Amino acid sequence: MSSPTTGGPEVVLRLAGISKRFGPLLANDAISLTLRAGEVLALLGENGAGKTTLMNILFGHYVADEGTIEAFGRPLPPGSPRAALAAGIGMVHQHFTLADNLSVLDNIAVGTESLWRLRSDRGGARRRLLDLSQRFGLAVRPDALVGDLSVGERQRVEILKALYRDARILILDEPTAVLTPQESAGLFDTLRRLTADGLAVVFISHKMNEVFAASDTVAVLRAGRLVATHPTASTDRAKLAELMVGRSVKPPAPAPLSPGEPVLELAGVTVASGHARPLLDAVDLTVRRHQVIGVAGVSGNGQSALAELVSGLIRPDAGQVSLKGSVVHHADPADMVRRGVARIPEDRHSAGLVGAMAVWENLIAERYRDPAFSRFGVLRRDAARAHARRVIEEFDVRCPGPDARTQLLSGGNMQKLILGRTLAYGPDLILASQPTRGLDIGAVSYVHSRLLDARAAGAGVLLISEDLDEILALADCVTVAYHGRLTPLLPHDRVSVSQLGLLMAGHWDILRDILPETPRENGNAA
Amino acid sequence: MRLEPRTDTPLALRLLAPIGAVVAALALCALLVAWTGAPVLRAYGLLFEGAVGSRFALTETLTRATPLILTGLAAAVAFRAKLWNIGAEGQLYMGALAAVVVGGGMLDLPGWALVPLVMIAGMAAGGVTLLGPAVLKVRFGVDEVVTTLLLNFVVLLLVSMLLEGALKDPMGMGWPQSAPVAEAAELPKLVARTRLHAGLAIALGLSVLLWLVDTRTIWGYENRAVGANPRAAAFAGMPVNRIMLRTALLSGGLAGLAGAAEICGLKGYLTLDLSPGFGYSGIVVAMLAQLHPIGVVGAALFIAGIFVGADAMSRAMPVPNYIADVLVATSLLCMLVAGLLARYRLRRG
Repeated sequence: MSSPTTGGPEVVLRLAGISKRFGPLLANDAISLTLRAGEVLALLGENGAGKTTLMNILFGHYVADEGTIEAFGRPLPPGSPRAALAAGIGMVHQHFTLADNLSVLDNIAVGTESLWRLRSDRGGARRRLLDLSQRFGLAVRPDALVGDLSVGERQRVEILKALYRDARILILDEPTAVLTPQESAGLFDTLRRLTADGLAVVFISHKMNEVFAASDTVAVLRAGRLVATHPTASTDRAKLAELMVGRSVKPPAPAPLSPGEPVLELAGVTVASGHARPLLDAVDLTVRRHQVIGVAGVSGNGQSALAELVSGLIRPDAGQVSLKGSVVHHADPADMVRRGVARIPEDRHSAGLVGAMAVWENLIAERYRDPAFSRFGVLRRDAARAHARRVIEEFDVRCPGPDARTQLLSGGNMQKLILGRTLAYGPDLILASQPTRGLDIGAVSYVHSRLLDARAAGAGVLLISEDLDEILALADCVTVAYHGRLTPLLPHDRVSVSQLGLLMAGHWDILRDILPETPRENGNAA
Repeated sequence: MRLEPRTDTPLALRLLAPIGAVVAALALCALLVAWTGAPVLRAYGLLFEGAVGSRFALTETLTRATPLILTGLAAAVAFRAKLWNIGAEGQLYMGALAAVVVGGGMLDLPGWALVPLVMIAGMAAGGVTLLGPAVLKVRFGVDEVVTTLLLNFVVLLLVSMLLEGALKDPMGMGWPQSAPVAEAAELPKLVARTRLHAGLAIALGLSVLLWLVDTRTIWGYENRAVGANPRAAAFAGMPVNRIMLRTALLSGGLAGLAGAAEICGLKGYLTLDLSPGFGYSGIVVAMLAQLHPIGVVGAALFIAGIFVGADAMSRAMPVPNYIADVLVATSLLCMLVAGLLARYRLRRG
């Protein structure tokens, strides 16, 4: 069953002419790909380009409208994850599919044994797991509960689960989205060990640096079509970005500005969680006008609490929040809006917008009691629609009009809607929580330029992001969140990605190297 | 076969869904009618005639529709805000209770003052009945489906106790019924020598009013936002809990008004069989209307027509009038399927 093409290792996977249509959307348009043993193929593309659809077809979650799949020379029956598993295809989803209350060993062995066997062969399973773990350098503790593991460890369990089922082709969907830079580097090491053993790997990404760090071949998808397949070594970032977006993209360039008076000051702010460790632990932070402060960190280290605090959704249990010099006592979201805080929520679908309502209704959601939009309890619908038309025009929201239902908009246009709702009023402080998560490159650069425009106009920006590239590109100063605490502000030109990675993992001893002079403590830092 | 969500539901489909559901329900129930040996078309013909075929039939259907419009609005208003009020039956009885207490002769007022007062008392009683479960829901996350449903039985037992005790009519010859309300508290008749009363005008007026509130006012705007996405509503700065409680007062109030209007417009006194399940039928009405206040009127007329028509049919043919319950229940099930098909597209493969 050797490859029909001459030269190179065996072709293990062949997709031919895969097409898939969802209603009016052509998610995959006649895509053909080959994967060889020992190869890492990066599937690069913007959100909605069709990467995940293609992999879901491969793994049998969807049935392709057209096209065939061959694994190891044999046709793969469509629509059956079981057949895909049997053919040696393993998938690691972006959101892990592990049971928190079971041990690592149980999670890995579950489903591999017949239901009718009375006794399970735990000893054999353990030996096999430890053998795989050693062979590929994937250290795990078989008896630890999955619920107690870190995200990086859980990912190792997911990979081992696939290997345990004899996967020879491994599909990883956005595997680094939840990892620190160091953990990502560890993952790439693992991938190299796997391919050295003859496995083939497909990994899905929209991050350029990972493509160069980990792949042999890169396939670029755009709007459902395969636009290019290149050996990674023979291409470069700019070229790939252009292929992905279909035009050239400029990186954001913040102009140097001297910071003005403080707009947001947190002094010793603590937010309890009900558990032993508070969500925010005696945090000090100052954001000034003409300044972007980036908050980096692995998710779950207090960023959400910080965002909810500044949004007015929660109140501090101890400490003080001040806006433009005046202390905020009984914060609520409406109060924060009145005080000039523009809030861009982390989750635009569930917290930012009401999908079932019209665009104009969402645009007035923060100010519907304003005399401009209602009088004596009656909505001024014409005024609100006119306002919506202005925002749609000014913020380039692509939608049929003010009466369009919001959930029909793309993610990028939803984000523009939120920007339009809050930035149209010249805010003093902008809270931008994961403002570009899940957006494509075009929309990302739009959001970035809007944030920088607001900074130039005199707003302070608190940028909370898990994307280090974004933080380093936009922020004047960076602080790292770890276990509810924040490091002192670090000037963006004095700190490297790898230093940030160490800080994100809790190695705060290196702060001494970054800030040699006695730093103003920005939290009760270690 | 699989279901794919539609990006947008065209208006024609939204209007067609309840009609299709009703046709499907009639077709399914035709099997039951045929089973009794009666000719199906003639049975449905008699049902139709019994519902709208004469002046008398028409006024009976409209009389029957009056409480259904109000309980339908009660369910629609609450369901819009994702407050699952299954307790309209109990709220209706609380409203009726308030009506016989306030309108029972203890206040010597002229009709123009007493009638509104009794109606408001009915609304207040119904609203407060739902306020309890609503407070428990927003404060402690107690499932209101359970509390409102169970409260129905509590209310019925309370009414039963009062009708055997404090409120028992001394002139009632021992029957468990309350004393009749004062003549000044009675709602005027709309058509002479029929049972049709001014409650219908109140119900129709309220459905138009609620539609205007829903689409034109910031109250309706807040209600819709909270119902569709409470998290986003809270993030935007809306007082979500207060809006929920407000909705509960309104929903319970509408059901309470249905009870008060039945007392003052139709029955005159309170018994334990005041409502043949108007509170529960209101849920069907609201679902058939897709929670639209104006649609509620049409759905209530349909269901009232089925009940009234089935009575007439069962007098003329060997088909029991229980067919009405089956028809109504089947239309609800068909409506749920039709609603699904209106939101999703069936695709092969």
